[in-house]
Amino acid sequence: MKDGRVVEFPKTVPADPKGVLTGRHFMDGDHALAEGALAAGCRFFAGYPITPSTETAERFAERCPEVGGLFIQMEDEIASITANVGAVWGGQKVMTVTSGPGFSLMMETFGLACMMETPMVVANVQRTGPSTGLPTLTAQQDMMQVRWGSHGDYRIIALVPDSPQECFDLVIDAFNLSETYRVPVFIMTDETVGHMHEKVVIPPAEDIRIVERNWYTGPKENYRPYDFNGRTIAPMVKAGDGYRFHTTGLTHNERGYPALTPEMNKRVVTHLVEKIASNADKIIRTEEDGLNDADVVVVSYGISSRIAIRAIQQARMSGIKVGMLRLITVWPFCETKIRDVAHAVRAIVVAELNYGQVILEVERCAAGRCRVIGVNSCGGAVHDPEEILAAIKEGAKR
Amino acid sequence: MWEIKFSGFGGQGIVRCALITGAAVALHDDRFATMTQSFGPEARGGACQSQLIISDRRVLYPYCTAPGVLIALSQEAYDTYEPGLSDGGVLIIEQDLVKAKVEAKRVVLHSIPATRFAEELGNRLFANLVVLGFFTAVTAAVSPEAMKKALPGLVPDRFLAANIEAFDKGYQHGADTASRKAGAVH
Repeated sequence: MKDGRVVEFPKTVPADPKGVLTGRHFMDGDHALAEGALAAGCRFFAGYPITPSTETAERFAERCPEVGGLFIQMEDEIASITANVGAVWGGQKVMTVTSGPGFSLMMETFGLACMMETPMVVANVQRTGPSTGLPTLTAQQDMMQVRWGSHGDYRIIALVPDSPQECFDLVIDAFNLSETYRVPVFIMTDETVGHMHEKVVIPPAEDIRIVERNWYTGPKENYRPYDFNGRTIAPMVKAGDGYRFHTTGLTHNERGYPALTPEMNKRVVTHLVEKIASNADKIIRTEEDGLNDADVVVVSYGISSRIAIRAIQQARMSGIKVGMLRLITVWPFCETKIRDVAHAVRAIVVAELNYGQVILEVERCAAGRCRVIGVNSCGGAVHDPEEILAAIKEGAKR
Repeated sequence: MWEIKFSGFGGQGIVRCALITGAAVALHDDRFATMTQSFGPEARGGACQSQLIISDRRVLYPYCTAPGVLIALSQEAYDTYEPGLSDGGVLIIEQDLVKAKVEAKRVVLHSIPATRFAEELGNRLFANLVVLGFFTAVTAAVSPEAMKKALPGLVPDRFLAANIEAFDKGYQHGADTASRKAGAVH
């Protein structure tokens, strides 16, 4: 199976051994998220308890005294995400975790983080909604919310792990991506992966590559917090270093000062979108299997992709040529890949634990070139492999 | 490939049983193990269950579809989960807490006085380790060496020796039971 997991970053340093719990562990996804953050050099975590993500906060709080980190339980999710944004501008790498209702509360501040171009990592251990829904049961129902949930136009990066091991690995990637593009990066995991124990191998610190913050080093008077060129990202400074800089959630110029004109907003928004879009090929990771001669391709992500593999194996046994495309990066979306697949196959089956979200993107990119069949659910439980198998068989029909 | 369901009421160490077994398999027997558990209020006193899949290849579907082993340490757990146990599966019950129905002939039934054994060892809290030792002996789903290697860190340090003793007690009882049954067949 081809592994599209590895991503190359130009400048990296080895991880600080203090935060790396090298060894083999039997660990759940939530704890692996916390260990990944510590390995990536995150030493600040403002959080608020919510099922099924709380174990990550608990683990971080437990580990703080050993690694020189700080956990603070804030009064609500809005406070927790905002304190994290503040801590980034104070020089820290930060992460928080939440689930459905808390994720909704954080939305406004995600917009602030995007507008201020703040690197940070947020994990959403998805549970079934809407509203309080099924707090202890799994879902993938926030996939569109993470992309569109805050008002205005912006872009984020969202990664989806399919196992506790990948929770650990992808958090490190998420920190590296967030520092590279100065953007919030989301880990869109789910209750099943979050609460599932499996073997997690944490490598030695020197084998973990970390992208450090790109600190500005030039003359103080020349510092500009922003550079709206749509490709590269301005270096950062932190409060207390004598730059006396300003930043705001208002539309601002390169100095971070409010500049309230449509022209300036066009420059800012274009940059926020293009810095991700123009680097999408460097950001997007997928895992592929048997795409070359497939008649049907199953597109899936996270826990659903594991269930899908079982269905794919059964389908192959019955002679159907079926390929697998697992999205590790869901946002930005792998448009080119889906277009190419749509040209070559009879049908794309999209299996996800929601009423039909990422399938909308697949349909958009397939643009009618092949059938797109959804295997959807209202959450609460993972798919029955039989449902996915039935969809594959349906798609294989001429 | 094993699908194992541990069940009982909250506080019996059900989740701990699955954790220890999973860690033993994944870290010391070098196979794949995926463990899931029930969350919410039921984990704090109500019916509680934990599932473990053991396989030589990567586990894809993380939950039991047809458990081959059911460990039921309470009547409620037995009543709830026994119907889901595969035909010919292994059923391990707490002798003093669970009354098995007579038609339980469709499965291989083992009952063990785990709580009684644990009390003899000095603390009823060791009952889950007695059960684990017994389970290890009668199913051979995991090696006893791996199970014991998995204990440090998953049981309190000060009770490590006592827990190993409890495991051995259960294992011995299981080995005796297995040889007795084998003798009855031949």
